[in-house]
Amino acid sequence: MGKEKGDKNKIEIVSAGAEPGTGGGPVKREESREQQRNEQYNQYVEQVTPKANCLLNCVKAFITGGCICTVGQILTVLFLNSGMGKDEAAAYTTISLVFASVVLTGLNIYPLITTWGGAGSLVPITGFANSVVAPAIEYKKEGQVFGIGCKIFTISGPVILYGILSSWILGVIYLIVVSLRAV
Amino acid sequence: MMVFIKAFVIGGMICALTQILMEKTRLMPGRIMVLLVTLGTFLGAVGLYEPFAEFAGAGATVPLLGFGNVLWKGVREAVDANGFLGLFQGGFKACAVGVSAALIFGYLASVLFEPKMKKK
Repeated sequence: MGKEKGDKNKIEIVSAGAEPGTGGGPVKREESREQQRNEQYNQYVEQVTPKANCLLNCVKAFITGGCICTVGQILTVLFLNSGMGKDEAAAYTTISLVFASVVLTGLNIYPLITTWGGAGSLVPITGFANSVVAPAIEYKKEGQVFGIGCKIFTISGPVILYGILSSWILGVIYLIVVSLRAV
Repeated sequence: MMVFIKAFVIGGMICALTQILMEKTRLMPGRIMVLLVTLGTFLGAVGLYEPFAEFAGAGATVPLLGFGNVLWKGVREAVDANGFLGLFQGGFKACAVGVSAALIFGYLASVLFEPKMKKK
């Protein structure tokens, strides 16, 4: 369908260019036509793409993310009050949030939060946990190794890789700076 | 009470800013996560994130930026303790809890739960 249309346009262009006294010549004409078509296409894409209300989405993300972080803060305070050290409390908070996110994903509730909250459910550590669990459940039919084993890292793999890599690079810089200072 | 409000507002702000970034660039969630963690390690390394986390509590540590900061902290501590070898120890040690929890619970969940058919 698209190809037919393109051919038709070309024919039109050629005939238009052949008209005497129009100036420009066929090549220029074709370019401007193409530009016009691109513009039209872009306008069309913008029309068809659902107009997401940016402000509303941001408010939703704010509320969702804020709530998750507040839950994290409540857990931290609870763990601290039970006599844990700061690092220990932070670790248990992480485990609890990850566990909650895994259960909610398994029960198919987390996707609902994601639909409503957008980035609010993606940015916290619960979003990371969700990105681990969701493909693991989704692809379990493909087997233990190539199903669960591979797909569990679909999103978390890159996150871990680039997290480790960037912290390593910064560590190298840090090591150099520290050794230079010692000299 | 103040700590909860701070966690809510700061955590919410980070999410809202990420939402703006997503809407403007149409980046996929995976890339956003990679970006956040990498940015977190950087902010940690230049010394901005630790005071920020000190102020905002869970509002700063629960988002993935905090995950990046933890990675950096792990590397720094390991380098301080073991020098060159620390470069290869710190990162994984620091993220061990989060990653192990996600992987282990994730695996168990994949045993327990069946994939949901998409309703149409």
